[in-house]
Order: sequence, then C-alpha cells, then structure tokens
Amino acid sequence: MQFSSFAEFIDMGGYGFYVWLSFGMATLLLVLLVMNSLVSNKQVKQRIAKQQARQEKLKRAAKQQAQLSQSS
Amino acid sequence: MWKWLHPYANPEITYHFTGKLTPWFTWLSIILLAIGLTWALLFAPADYQQGESFRIFYIHVPAAILSMSIYVGMAIAAFSGLVWQLKLADASAAALAPVGAVFTAIALITGAAWGKPMWGTWWIWDARLTSELILLFLYLGVIALHNAFEDKALAGKAAGILAIVGVINIPIIKYSVEWWNTLHQGATVSKFGKPAMSADMYWPFLFCFFGFAFFVAAVTCLRFKTEILSRNSMRPWVKALVKEEIK
Amino acid sequence: MNPRRKKRLTIILSVLIGLSVVAGLVLYALSQNIDLFFKPSEIHQGKEDTGLKAQLGQRIRIGGLVVPGSVKRDESSLKVSFKLADMRMPIAFNDADPMVTVKYDGILPDLFREGQGIVANGVLAEGFIIEASEVLAKHDENYMPKELAEDAGKAHTKPSY
Repeated sequence: MQFSSFAEFIDMGGYGFYVWLSFGMATLLLVLLVMNSLVSNKQVKQRIAKQQARQEKLKRAAKQQAQLSQSS
Repeated sequence: MWKWLHPYANPEITYHFTGKLTPWFTWLSIILLAIGLTWALLFAPADYQQGESFRIFYIHVPAAILSMSIYVGMAIAAFSGLVWQLKLADASAAALAPVGAVFTAIALITGAAWGKPMWGTWWIWDARLTSELILLFLYLGVIALHNAFEDKALAGKAAGILAIVGVINIPIIKYSVEWWNTLHQGATVSKFGKPAMSADMYWPFLFCFFGFAFFVAAVTCLRFKTEILSRNSMRPWVKALVKEEIK
Repeated sequence: MNPRRKKRLTIILSVLIGLSVVAGLVLYALSQNIDLFFKPSEIHQGKEDTGLKAQLGQRIRIGGLVVPGSVKRDESSLKVSFKLADMRMPIAFNDADPMVTVKYDGILPDLFREGQGIVANGVLAEGFIIEASEVLAKHDENYMPKELAEDAGKAHTKPSY
C-alpha cells in the first residue's frame, strides 16, 4: 500500500485533481459506451418485434378480408 | 482455402457463437480490471520524478494502444467487407467504430490531464497529439458514414473506404515520436524488447491493458450482435429469437 | 478468387498504395514544419537537414536540456534564466557546446529541474537569447520507483526554483 490514509489517497501527492479527472472521465465514457450498447440492442429488438406484430396484424386482416369476400 | 470460414459467414451461427463468447469476455474484463486498477491506484510505486501523477499511465497507455489496434482491426474488417462483400465483416466494422472512438477520446482526455501538471500545458500541436486527434475524427467519420445511408451495403462501402484510407494515419501516430521531435516522449512499452520501467510498475499495466482489451471484446460482441439483428430483421430466425426474448 | 473480386482487390490495393505514396511525399515535404522545435545547435548553425536558420525577432520553439548550474533566479520576482544544450545520452556538457539562454517570467512546470528536457516558446534575440513566453517540460519514456532511482543515484528532489 502506497498511502497511509484515505485523505492521502484522494490527494495523490498534490495531483489528485488530474488523476481523478482522468480516472473519472475514463469511467464516465466507458459507462456511457456500455449503456449505449445495451440500449441500442434493446431498441433494435423492440423495433423488430413491433415490425413483426404489424406484419401479423396485416396478415390477419388480409385473411379476414378473404374470408369475408368468400362468404358474401 | 476459405472453406473452414464458411459457417461463420452464416449470420445465425455467428450470432450464437458471439453470444457464447460475450460472458467470458465480460467476466475476464471485470476480474482483470478490478485487480489491475486496484494495483495501479493503491500499490504501484510512484515515479521518482512525476510522483503520483504517473498513475494516469495505467489508463492513458492502454487506451492509446487499443485506439490504434481497434482501428487496424476495423480497417481489416472493412477491407474484407469490400473485397469479398462479406456482410458480417461490414457489421463488425460498424460495431468496432464507436468503441474505438471512445478509447481514442479517453487517450486524448487522460493525456491532457497528464500533460497539464507534467509538461505545463493541456494541449500542444505536436505530431503525436495531432495525429491522435485525426484518429478521433476518422472514427467519427466512419460512424457518421455507417449511419448516413439507409442501405447498409452502401453505408458499409462508404465507411469502409474511409476506414481503409485512414490506416495511413496509424504508422504516423506510432512513429511520430521518432520521425519528428515532439513534446511527447517515446514509447515505454512495446511488443518487442524490455519495457522502460521496473517490474512492479509493469505488472499492473499488463492487468489493466488486458482488462481493457477484454472490455473492448465484450462491448464489441454486444454491438456486433445488435448489428447482425438489425441487418437481418426480416429473417425467420431473427423473428423467432426476438419473439422468444421479448414476452 | 473470381475475376470480379480480383478486380476489386486490385483497385482497392492500388488506391491504397497511391494514397500512401502521396501521404509519404506530403509528410516528407512538411517534415520541417512538423518538427516541434529547434535544437540549440540548430539556432547556431541552422537546421540539420536544410540549413534553415531562425531569424532575429522570429517566434520559435526551442528544445534542449537545462544545463546544470545555469539556472539563475531573480530574488524578488518569478523571472528566471537558464541555458539549454542539445539533448544527448549520456548527459554530459562542455562549455564548448552550442547553448542558448532562455529568459522567462512565469511559473515553471513541476518537472523543471537541471538536466531536464525543456521546450520553450519565445522570440529569438541577439546573442542566442530566447525571451520565452511559455516553458514546457519534456520527459523521457523511463519511469522508475523512488527507491530504485535512489539506488541508481538519481536526484529526485523537486528543487524550489
């Protein structure tokens, strides 16, 4: 262990601002990247599901139409 | 010659194969980064001249190395996408670009935060820093082109050409510190030869580097899967898979 | 490989080779301007490969090592002057080496010390003097723990310039 107290660890020998700025910004960017990747994955799946639901609806409607025109 | 590659040109098989790899990469990354970053922040010795600010090294250098390696990987994918018209290669290039852009940004930001206390300036237009900034713009250009076209084959072509042309920048970044005199110093760690640092500084670097490398692999796998789904949205297997997952 | 793919491959490869040649030529042409700084010997004799000399009153960057024992501080202000010599390994200086005096009024970077690489930005004046408006520290690629540096006999104390 290079530091004897927590305050010393935060201070980083006077370079605390720069060290924590680097680690903080890196963490922030990586978290944003992971979140963006997860969200876009979900969005694509939802888009496909929606598309699929619409197609099924259209198919059903077409079937009904066909049945109606047959019976009349 | 390429026969063994054939099953991987099938999006469904590749999707499931990538899905199997993702958790491995994720866990390896978490474990290596937890060890590496704790070691780097708490136990690695401070530099005799730079003191504790040296700890920025453990993010800056892995990010900088990865920003270049990711670009080379992306360019190779784009190249095979263009020549053999592999749709999956285009998809992987599209998945890599944002990851590379983030790591380039991290290298630039941590470099600035390190340069201010050590050099005395946040930024200087020397060859190394400028070429790394150009790398960020190349990534942003590739991302923009991938999103600019509705037709993914066309988008892959346009982005692929930019990615391949941009490869010229990679040797310029790498050798800028040797070809010209710059404020940025030479390489501390390289694949060949001994690192210019002691073992108790080098080991935490290795953990951090491979931790970030597996992080890249894990995130790229996730984005690659997303790209495959989005590009094959009309295929029955995708429909069945999505139906299974969203209930 | 079928002929169409072969054609595509040739086109892409030839474009790539052409572009690299262009980039190489441009970089070669620009190489003097990409250099960040003059070395002290280049102030005396002109640039190594072109003989280009800095003019008096020209704004230039100069890079070199701070000559030990040359740092002079003003008692009452931040004014400081020091001599720079060419960087070379191992670090050894002669009085005969081409040197340039840098005068600066401001806060020096943390890494500033004797024997340290420095890049200064300023105006060239008579007698190989630079009136600097900015002084930046250039460090090398070697990192070392304090204990090891002490064993190697390296000074690591931050001087109070």
